[in-house]
Amino acid sequence: MTTTSPLDTYLTDFADAARDYQAARAGRDPEWIADIRAEALDSFRELGLPTARRGNEEYKYTDIRPLVRQGFSPLQIIDRDSAAAASDLDLEQLNVGPSEWHRVVIVDGRFAAELSASDGLPDGVVFGSLAEAVHSETDSVRAHLARLADYTEHGFTALNTALAAEGALVLIPRMTAVDQPIQVVYISTEQTQGTASMPRTLIIAGEDSSAAIVETHVSLADDSHLTNAVTEIVIGAGANISYCKIQQESEATYNVSTTLVEVNENANFRSMAIDVGGRLTRNNLTIIMAGEGGNSDVRGAYVITRDQHVDNQVIVDHVVGHNDMNEIYKGILDGHARSVFHGSIIVRPNAAKVNAMQVDKNLLLSNDAEADTKPAFWIYCDDVRCGHGAACGNLDEDAMFYLRSRGIEEEEARMMLIRAFVSEVVDAIQEQSIHDHVATLIATKLDNL
Amino acid sequence: MTTVDETIQDVAPESNQELKSIAKQDYKYGFITEVDADTVPPGLTEDTIRLISSKKNEPEWMLEWRLKAFRHWETLLEKEQLPDWAHIKHPPIDFQDMIYYSAPKQKEQLSSLDEVDPEVLSTFEKLGIPLEEQKRLAGVAVDAVFDSVSVATTFKEKLAELGIIFSSFSEAIQDHPELVRKYLGSVVPYTDNFYAALNAAVFSDGSFCYIPKGVRCPMELTTYFRINTENSGQFERTLIVADESSYVSYLEGCSAPIRDTNQLHAAVVELVAMDDAEIKYSTIQNWYPGDAEGNGGIYNFVTKRGKCLGARSKISWTQVETGSAITWKYPSVLLQGDDSIGEFYSVALVKGRQQADTGSKMTHIGKRTKSTIIAKGVSAGEAENTYRGLVRVNPGADDAWNFTQCDSLLIGDKCGAHTTPYVEVKNKSAHLEHEAFTSRVSEDQLFYCNSRGISVEKAHSMIINGFCEEVFKKLPFEFAVEATRLLELNLEGTVG
Repeated sequence: MTTTSPLDTYLTDFADAARDYQAARAGRDPEWIADIRAEALDSFRELGLPTARRGNEEYKYTDIRPLVRQGFSPLQIIDRDSAAAASDLDLEQLNVGPSEWHRVVIVDGRFAAELSASDGLPDGVVFGSLAEAVHSETDSVRAHLARLADYTEHGFTALNTALAAEGALVLIPRMTAVDQPIQVVYISTEQTQGTASMPRTLIIAGEDSSAAIVETHVSLADDSHLTNAVTEIVIGAGANISYCKIQQESEATYNVSTTLVEVNENANFRSMAIDVGGRLTRNNLTIIMAGEGGNSDVRGAYVITRDQHVDNQVIVDHVVGHNDMNEIYKGILDGHARSVFHGSIIVRPNAAKVNAMQVDKNLLLSNDAEADTKPAFWIYCDDVRCGHGAACGNLDEDAMFYLRSRGIEEEEARMMLIRAFVSEVVDAIQEQSIHDHVATLIATKLDNL
Repeated sequence: MTTVDETIQDVAPESNQELKSIAKQDYKYGFITEVDADTVPPGLTEDTIRLISSKKNEPEWMLEWRLKAFRHWETLLEKEQLPDWAHIKHPPIDFQDMIYYSAPKQKEQLSSLDEVDPEVLSTFEKLGIPLEEQKRLAGVAVDAVFDSVSVATTFKEKLAELGIIFSSFSEAIQDHPELVRKYLGSVVPYTDNFYAALNAAVFSDGSFCYIPKGVRCPMELTTYFRINTENSGQFERTLIVADESSYVSYLEGCSAPIRDTNQLHAAVVELVAMDDAEIKYSTIQNWYPGDAEGNGGIYNFVTKRGKCLGARSKISWTQVETGSAITWKYPSVLLQGDDSIGEFYSVALVKGRQQADTGSKMTHIGKRTKSTIIAKGVSAGEAENTYRGLVRVNPGADDAWNFTQCDSLLIGDKCGAHTTPYVEVKNKSAHLEHEAFTSRVSEDQLFYCNSRGISVEKAHSMIINGFCEEVFKKLPFEFAVEATRLLELNLEGTVG
C-alpha cells in the first residue's frame, strides 16, 4: 500500500492481528492450515476490502465504507476465558430454536461445550469444534477446508481464512440420515462490542446422506460488531440436505456471510436465507452444480425496517448440465430499509438440459424504503430453459378491498396480506420444527415494524 | 464461413447441401463508393475541432460547447474512464488514428437531386432507397446523410408549410440557432459518458427536427446513414423536439460497406417531447458486422435518450439491430412529465462473432408515469448477446408502472445469451413486473412444422419471426417489411 488512509490503517490492524494469531498458533496447528492462513493473509494484504465505489459492480448498491469506518478491531480470542461468559447464557431467551435440536454453540469465537448438545446423533456423525478437528488432523477437513471458499479473490473470505480460529464442523457419513435438525449457533455477547469475529463452518454430507442444518447468528446486546462468516458445504452424490441460515443479530451489527455449496450428482439441496436482524447484511451465496441430476431450491426472506440494509448475492453456477434450479427471494421493507438482490444464473458451455428459474419480489411499505434488484443470466449453452422474474410494489388494492368487504379490519387485512406474501418462501421449509421457528421469528419481526 | 457450416452439420445433417449454398450469402450492402472526399487528416486535438467548426461555419457558442466537451473527454481519457462494464470485448481504440471529418466534395449548393454526385445516388439505390422514388411514393421525406454531410433533403418545403423544421444539423445551427442552442445537450449532456463527450466534440452532422404546437407530421421522416470513407468515425447527432400536442414518427436506417479495420460509430440522439406530444423513433441497424472470423465491422457505440418533458407526453423507441461487430446502445426515456409514457421495443440478432450489449433505461420521475420494455434477443454462431436494462422509480414518482420482458433465443451451442436487468425502486406505490425467458427453439414446434412439410430452415425463420412479432408490429409498415426480410436474410445459413 502506497498511501495511508484510515482504511489502510484498518487493514493493517487486521493483517497484524492475523500475523500475531498465526505466530501464536505456530507449532500447535498442522502445517497445512498454517500455509493456508499465510496465503490468505497475503491475499488479504493485496485485496483489502471491496470499498471502491467506481466500477465495483458486485457492491454497486452496497457501500461497505461505513463498515470500514467503524474501525472494528479483531476479536481477541486467544487468551480470553470464555467459560464465564457462556455459562450465564440462557439459550431459550435468545430464541434460537427448540431445545431438541442437536446444537453446537460458539460464543464470542469460543466453542461453548456447556451449551452444546450433540448426543444421540447417528454413528459416525461428527458435530463439534472445527478447531479441534483441524488440530486432530481429520482427513476430510484437510480435503475440504478452504477448497470452495476462494481466498485469493475475495477480501472478506481472505480475512476470514487468515483469522478464523474457531467454528463448527458437521460431518455426516454416507448413507446416514439425521432426524433432528443440526444447528450451529454463533453468539456475540457484549464483549464483542467494536470487534470483528470470523465464524467458520464446514459441512460435509456424504453420499446418500440426509440432514437439515441450521446456522444461526445472534447477538446479545444492541451493540455494534462485525461478523464475517464463511461456510463451506459439500454435498455428496445423492444426498438430501437442507440448510437454513438465520441472521437475527442486533440492528447495529454488520454481517457479511459467504456461503459456498457444491452440489454433486443427483443430490438435492434446499437453501433458506432468513434475515431479520443486522444493520448491514451482505450474503454471498454461491451454489456450484457440479454433478448431473442435481436439484437446488434456493429461497430467502428478509423483513427489514429502520436503517437496515440487506444484500443477497446469489450465484448458481451450472458447471454441468441436467440440473434443475428454482430460486425465490422475497422481502418486506419498511422505514428507511434498503434491500439488494443480485442473482446470477450461469450456464457453462455444454451444460445442456438446465432448467432454472429465479424470482425476487419486494413489498415496499414505506416511501423511504428502497429495493434494488438485478436478476441476471449468463448463458453459454442453447439447450436450456431459464426464466426469471422480479416484481416490486405495494399491497394489492383489490385484495385489500376484498378482505375489507368481508368485514376485516384494515390493519388485520394488511397483516394477512403481508404474512401471505412472505409465506410463499417460508412454507417451503419441510422440517416442521425449523418452519415453526422461522415463522415465529418473522411474525415477531413483522409485529415490530 | 466454417462456423456456419459446422453449425449446420451439428443440427441438420440431412439438409446440408441446400443450406450451405445459402450460408455463403455475403453481406449484400458491402460496396465502396469512389467519391472524392474532403477529408481532415486523422487525429484529434483542439485544432481538429476548430477546423470542423470553421468548415461548418459555426457560431462561437457552438465551438465553445464542442471545446468544453473535448476537454471533458480528454480528462476521461486521461483517467481511463472509458465505459468498461458492458459484456463486450475489443482491442483498445486508438482515437488518434481516426478521421473525424469527411464530407463528399460537391458542387456548391444543391438545388435539386440532379445535382447530387451520381455515385452517391447509385449507392442509395443499391441500398434500396431511391430518393427519386421515395419523393413520389410513400410520402416519406428523406434526409440522406452520406458520411458526415447531408447531401439531399427532400420534402423540406412541404413540411415547412406546416411549420415543421426538418434539416441537417449544420443547417439547423445556421437557420435556427435559438432552438438548437436551447435543446442541444439538454437530454444527453456532453458529460453523460465517454462516447457522448466524444460525439459532442466532433459531431459533423446529423438531423434536426422540430414539430410545432398542435402539428401532426403527415409523413414518416427518414434518415439513412451511411459510413463510407475508410477509417472515418461517424459521429452524427440527431435532435428531435416535439412541441405541445404534436406527433412525429422518425425512421433511421443504417448500412455500411465492407472494411477490414473496425470503424467507430458514436452517435447521439436526443428527443424532447412537450405536453401531450408523441415521438416514435424507429431504427433498423444493419452496419457491416465483420466477417465470419470477427475481422472488421462497425463498433456501434450510441447514446440515445428521450425526455418526456411535458405532461402526458410519450416517447417510443423501436429498434431492430442485426448489424455491427459490436453494438453498445441503450435507448432510454426520462419520464419527467406527469402521466408520461416511455416504450422500448427491440429485436437484436447476432451471429458469427458479433457482440451486442443493448437494452433500455426507464427513469420514472413524474407521477403516474408508465413504461414498457419488450426486448427480444436472438444469438447464433459464436455471437454474444446481452440485454442490459434499468428501471428506476424515483421517490416522487407516485404510482409508476413498468412492465419489462426480455426473452432470448439461442441457436447453436457456441453462442451466449445474457440478461442483466436492474430494478431500483424508491417509491412504495410503484408497480413493477419483470419477466425474462431464455431457451432454444422448441423441438416440439420444429417437429410440428417438419411434419407439415416445412423445412428446418423455414421453420426456424417462421418461429423466430413469431418470437419477434411483438416488436415488428410496432414498426411503421414499410420498415416492418424490411425488418422481416432483413431477419430472414441474416438467419440464412445460421440455422438448421
